Amino acid sequence: MFRSLLFVPGNNPSMLQNADIFMSDAIIFDLEDSVNLDEKDNARNLVETYLLTTKELPKAVVLRINPVNSDLVDDDLKLLQTRKIDYLLLPKANKISLFVLDKILKKIENKIELKPTKVICLIEETKSVIDIYELAKHERVEALMLGAEDLTSELEINRTTEGKELLYSRSRIIYAAISNKLIPIDTPFTDIDNQDGLIQDCKNALNLGMKAKTAIHPSQLETINEIFSPSQKAIKWAEAVLKKAKELNKGAFQFEGKMIDRPVLEKAKKIIEKAKLFELM
Amino acid sequence: MLNGVKRKIPNNLPRFVSSDDFLNKKRKLVSKKKKQLKTVFFNSYEEVFDKFNIKDKTTLSFHHHLRNGDRVIQEVCKVIKNNKLNDLHFAPSSIFPSYTNMTELIKKGNITNIHTNYLNGEVAKVISEGKLKGKLIMNTHGGRARAIESGDLAIDVAFIACPTVDRSGNGSGAIGKNACGTLGYCVPDLEYAKKVVLITDNLVDKLDDYQLNGEYVDGVLVVDSIGEAKGIVSGTTEVTKDPIGLKIARDCSVLLSDLGLLKNNFSMQTGAGKTSLAVVNYIKEIMIKQDIKGGFASGGITKSYVEMLEANLFEKLYDVQCFDLEAVRSFKENINHIAMSASKYGNPFEKDIIAEKLDFVILGATEIDLDFNVNVTTDSSGYLIGGSGGHADIAKGAKVTIIISPLIKSRIPIIKEKVTTITTPGEDIDILITERGIAINPKRKDLIKKLKSSKIKVFDIKELLDKTHDITGVPANIKTDDKIIGYVEYRDGTYIDVLRKVHDDYIK
Repeated sequence: MFRSLLFVPGNNPSMLQNADIFMSDAIIFDLEDSVNLDEKDNARNLVETYLLTTKELPKAVVLRINPVNSDLVDDDLKLLQTRKIDYLLLPKANKISLFVLDKILKKIENKIELKPTKVICLIEETKSVIDIYELAKHERVEALMLGAEDLTSELEINRTTEGKELLYSRSRIIYAAISNKLIPIDTPFTDIDNQDGLIQDCKNALNLGMKAKTAIHPSQLETINEIFSPSQKAIKWAEAVLKKAKELNKGAFQFEGKMIDRPVLEKAKKIIEKAKLFELM
Repeated sequence: MLNGVKRKIPNNLPRFVSSDDFLNKKRKLVSKKKKQLKTVFFNSYEEVFDKFNIKDKTTLSFHHHLRNGDRVIQEVCKVIKNNKLNDLHFAPSSIFPSYTNMTELIKKGNITNIHTNYLNGEVAKVISEGKLKGKLIMNTHGGRARAIESGDLAIDVAFIACPTVDRSGNGSGAIGKNACGTLGYCVPDLEYAKKVVLITDNLVDKLDDYQLNGEYVDGVLVVDSIGEAKGIVSGTTEVTKDPIGLKIARDCSVLLSDLGLLKNNFSMQTGAGKTSLAVVNYIKEIMIKQDIKGGFASGGITKSYVEMLEANLFEKLYDVQCFDLEAVRSFKENINHIAMSASKYGNPFEKDIIAEKLDFVILGATEIDLDFNVNVTTDSSGYLIGGSGGHADIAKGAKVTIIISPLIKSRIPIIKEKVTTITTPGEDIDILITERGIAINPKRKDLIKKLKSSKIKVFDIKELLDKTHDITGVPANIKTDDKIIGYVEYRDGTYIDVLRKVHDDYIK
């Protein structure tokens, strides 16, 4: 479960060194878009050294590899030998790239006796948005992440703070993820200095059903974590509802004038689960 | 013999015992200078030298309110060079990189002894490399005032750059083309120096409101320019965007809140760095959200504090020096933006000083050690890069003293087993906030208890040191040179540490 995932360029030593101190639920060590071609080896070496030598790693380690149809991916996947990577982020995820990655991973996992590596699919092509339900059913997939920059580029449209242009893709990802018990993760907000815009973008995504959001700068994390966390008011409500349910031992009852039944109790349980996980109570 | 912080001090010198030891001493005061009936006007710096009989071994003082924009000290240095004077004792309140003319005079022996509170730039470099023939005494802002009033630092001639002077010799920093705001540091020089000359580029007939009383002024020199006010801007007016700095600032504001220090009528002081500004912004947010009105903020005042005063978030600002031009404007316009002298700011023997009224201060550190001793005077190889300024004064005075710093600066850990130079004793440092955790001085059991129910993780400072070494490895020991180039003088006049020449292996 995440609220926030921070992208850290693999070739940025000072960001790597401090990756664990930021308030991100996961760090995405990037070997792809933020790293120039002539820096790929350097980035791999730095990330590998970091993973092997750092005592306090981030809560979750995600590695964004290069596309599976590139010459770079084999070297990227050698980092699995560190056994410190929790998830791979597959760029340009689609049915073919996921199939290819799965095949490569099975070989590596057999060879080095590694348990199956979980994958987060980065949905940044129109055809992936269309095929999303098939991707979501794949056993390796743990989360679906929207990559709006490439998607809007393909659509030849501009991104706006209102985000109407992302309504369809966000909704497809959310429905595919939730129906398959995966985590829907929202695209980053790229205007780093625009805090008001970030708040609005987070709320838009949250209200549709996104459960987490990616950040491209640590300064975005506080806002993202706050918006994607259950509020103290919600936590108190959930605690009171669950307490009452335990006391009454009934499947349905009234609480503060409202009907409480199984779906509401499930919602309350999820709030408490998140609050505990994110140390909010 | 070892002093109270276990540093070896030559036997003939007064040794630091503890920051409270001044309470066992009696205030030593020499008479203030006699008031003048008439103010003399000079035509040139040369004439001042001539009339005030400035010769070899004279002690000259200066203030640093114009900071990097100051031209007076540069002009005085030219006259010293032309007059071929030797063995002069300089006592500027601080030395800035723009004071370039001092460098040659130090190398050639025209200036052989220096008293100051802070120095950086080329002057700091040449002294670090052992070029000053006599000694450098680094004291504090409050300690300098104490030294002057007690006669420990006897000034022959005080050169006071003053943005506006009237025909009676009264001076003001609030107005004039090079207005710099308050003139807090030179008040002891004005009252105790044997001779005082105000240097101005704005002579007016009469000042109704002035900070420098003309009755103490022996002469006035009107020049084309005393400098450039733009050069006074200190630090930055921008809040840090560095994620480490922001995290430290955020954690600091949470800590202040959890300690209950942000409440109505509270008082505070911070530095002027980018991270300090971020702390101030977070505090401002909390104050607005919780409808808190502070009593006062003090120190070198910046635009951030001016905005808070104007937003009615603080009742008053006590200002010893203006750090930027917004502070200068505010000082001129706002009666609640109040000037204070260096003595009223931090002199341990003065009554009701502002430093002792502070609820908390947030300060920086170049190094901090396992005993919480702080170094802001030298870098880890021994080069002079700053000095106490008011650090030791307010660390002692405030109820809670907080150091904020990243654990690693330029790949060098800031926590050491022992700091290179002690500027402020660990007994006066309560909390260290870094990006990887907070350490509290074990003697502050009250603070540790208060944070028990807080979400803030508190570490032993040794744990933070170990965490740093996990990242950087254990740094090699730094070689030191035997030659003593000066001393760090604590605010009570005792010596807290020695300053040694940088080892030849590290000379840049």
